[in-house]
Amino acid sequence: MSLWLPAATSNATEVDHLLWALLLLSLAVLALVFTLLFRYIIKYRASSNLDRGVILEKTWYFETAWTIATMLVFFVLFVWGANLYVRLFQPPTGALKIYIIAKQWMWKAEHVGGQRELNAVHLPVGRPIELVMTSEDVIHDFSVPAFRIKHDVLPDRYETLAFTVTRAGTYSLYCTQYCGLDHSRMIGQIVALPPVEFQAWLARYGTSENLAAEGESLFMRFGCSGCHGGNGAGGRQDTSTVHAPSLVGLYGSPVPLADGSVVVADDRYVHDAIVRPQQQLVAGYAPIMPSFAGQIGEEDILKLLAYIKSLAAQAAQ
Amino acid sequence: MNASVLTTGTVVENSQIEGSYLTDGYTIRSWLLTTDHKRIALLYLGAITIFFFIGGIAAALVRFNLIVPEGLLGSAEAYNRLFTMHGVVMVWFFLVPAVPVTLGNFLIPLMLGARDLAFPRLNLFSWYLFMLGGAVTLWALFAGGLDTGWTFYTPLSTMYSNSHVVLAAVGIFISGFSSIATGLNFIVSIHRLRAPGMTWYRMPVFLWSLYSLSVLLVLATPVLAITLLLLVMERVFHVGVFDPAIGGDPLLFQHLFWFYSHPAVYMMILPGFGVVSEIIPAFSRKRIFGYKFVVWASVSIAVISFFVWGHHMFVAGISLYSAVLFSILSYLVAVPSAIKIFNWLGTMHKGYIHFDAPMLYALGFIGLFTIGGLTGLWVAALAADVHLTQTYFVVAHFHYIMVGGMVSAFFGGLHFWWPKITGRMYPEMWARIAALIMFIGFNLTFFPQFILGYLGMPRRYYAYSPDFQVLNVLSSAGATILAAAYLLPLGYLLWSLMYGERAPANPWGATGLEWQTSSPPPTVNFIETPVVTEAPYNYPRPESIAKQHV
Repeated sequence: MSLWLPAATSNATEVDHLLWALLLLSLAVLALVFTLLFRYIIKYRASSNLDRGVILEKTWYFETAWTIATMLVFFVLFVWGANLYVRLFQPPTGALKIYIIAKQWMWKAEHVGGQRELNAVHLPVGRPIELVMTSEDVIHDFSVPAFRIKHDVLPDRYETLAFTVTRAGTYSLYCTQYCGLDHSRMIGQIVALPPVEFQAWLARYGTSENLAAEGESLFMRFGCSGCHGGNGAGGRQDTSTVHAPSLVGLYGSPVPLADGSVVVADDRYVHDAIVRPQQQLVAGYAPIMPSFAGQIGEEDILKLLAYIKSLAAQAAQ
Repeated sequence: MNASVLTTGTVVENSQIEGSYLTDGYTIRSWLLTTDHKRIALLYLGAITIFFFIGGIAAALVRFNLIVPEGLLGSAEAYNRLFTMHGVVMVWFFLVPAVPVTLGNFLIPLMLGARDLAFPRLNLFSWYLFMLGGAVTLWALFAGGLDTGWTFYTPLSTMYSNSHVVLAAVGIFISGFSSIATGLNFIVSIHRLRAPGMTWYRMPVFLWSLYSLSVLLVLATPVLAITLLLLVMERVFHVGVFDPAIGGDPLLFQHLFWFYSHPAVYMMILPGFGVVSEIIPAFSRKRIFGYKFVVWASVSIAVISFFVWGHHMFVAGISLYSAVLFSILSYLVAVPSAIKIFNWLGTMHKGYIHFDAPMLYALGFIGLFTIGGLTGLWVAALAADVHLTQTYFVVAHFHYIMVGGMVSAFFGGLHFWWPKITGRMYPEMWARIAALIMFIGFNLTFFPQFILGYLGMPRRYYAYSPDFQVLNVLSSAGATILAAAYLLPLGYLLWSLMYGERAPANPWGATGLEWQTSSPPPTVNFIETPVVTEAPYNYPRPESIAKQHV
């Protein structure tokens, strides 16, 4: 048994500092309360003949003093915890995305290069990582104590977690949201490798097709190309009976919606546009796209997403 | 020392009455159809004792399973159903009702100087609702069980769980109406039935606590009822409310559930505050320190507790801004609790402290509640919560509040008013031993769980990494001590019913109208309605008595 928990991200070290501060504060308050308690029960025990003197009639200045003192201390803790939390959930720039799909009772990880893992996630040390996570069934939670991070993984939603691992090693991954029968078996390992070794690992487990390529064939198979065009270039009225927006250059760019608002086409938007196309209608297009909810699994949606993303990269070139 | 010339007179008169509420009818009918708040309190006491031991047995089996990493029960299914049963029974059928329906029911009219609650028949009806709800829930739990955890998170509970979700929800739904009826009864009684001269600021803190609690019961419980109804609608009729696969939102359930369940945490602890605020002045022979602050602390807890539910969802996928807001509100709700601790200490300052069993329980309460409260600051700090939530740290934190705090207070109150309720004294030495063992057993059970949580052991795990075994074995060992400490009072309190010494009207020399009538009180409580002429806790100072003699 070890009472020591490794801190393998820079965030983990900062959280530990906060926890140390909380521990010291708690011990100080506890010491104060117990000292007063024991002092009073000994000094003022009924059998003691000590002269009690005059008892306090007005108490408000004591009350005000400890109310204000308590509030000040609490406010410092609040600011400290909130600051760290807000920074933890800021999306990093230039992060390596890894896709996580949770289902009763396993973790699936998909790398952009098409590498797939079960109950394990390999990642490089020293590079910002962004996990894009979703669930195929109930709510799960991706928790890595050594990183001091945790986030629920919800069905039909993309939740993200970002961190940079600072120390190579193998760390425990737990599901910490109760998810049914084998909740306690929904565990895995995070393997943090030095960049060179990570590249070697990617090469060793690389498949002939990366995610985007797999997505392209799905794009044909699910009939997306029927409306959005063979290479996602959009259905034009002269080539297709259906008028559908072009997907080239879509990812990462602003999309004007029918209700007048504008959203940026990120992972969440693309996912939702496939599953609930009526929810965010693109301005100028008829609401004719059917929902693919239940037709396309979360893993396949990720592949389509990778494909649509690759179209944006092509457009940029 | 003219503490109450009039009320002292009442004692004489009342003790002249033959018999008490206990001797007013011996038939089963006279109990099951009674509208006497004191008898109904005893009916409730019997019921919640049974629920406490059912929930306790489930907890014991959970701790038994966790002695070895691979699980001793041999079945994750059984384990999941046991911790669900433990949570459901303890929360809804012990912790929330325990103090209000037993001590509250018994004492509110006595402390008010009234003959009964405002609606005696509603009071009896609420007991029947409670029993019906309890029976339906137990049926669900024993006919195959429930495996969703007491929190019923969707879509697990609505679409994936293969257990008696609907039946359990119906049981909790029914018992919720019992809570609402009780809360309403208390609110009306406190407004309308105060004895002449009993102004709001002359009420004991216990009444203020129960008043605050009643407001929570009446306002929050309907939200639980609505939530459970929606849950059943989705599970049975596939109306998409929570499951995204049929158009629902899984987080909506958590918002609704915690909108009830966070105030519910304060429903559990507020009456505990009330009990301790009676015991400490009584055994310090001193007026409570900062009465108005203590009273308004209870009221502000009741109000603020409605605005902190989001702190259960810091990692659930709510917006950053709302998380920040809920964090600061959670710190705010902790302020009144901190105030209370200092006020209890201030009450003991320059007192004449006696160490009877109720006081030992109250001192244990202060210690354990302080630890529970302080660790609350850890999980209210957003970044710390990300690491600690959903681990054993949280389990330890809320058990310190609910079991260390609330159950200690319940036992303290039970011992304090036992002579009044039964007319018998319990064996003092046994009671002190039980209080001490409870404190030690509790800490041994739950303190290791803080460390387990920091190390990352998740909640609700049937099997765990061998790294965590030593601390789990310690925790399970503590649980056996705790079990013994809970069985002891069951033994000696029952014994005292038959063989205990007869209790005088006021064995502790305490203030409060309930001590001005005989023990046990007559059915009508007071032959002559008492008149209140002074603030509560007007304990005479021995110095002033001495001076009078000189």
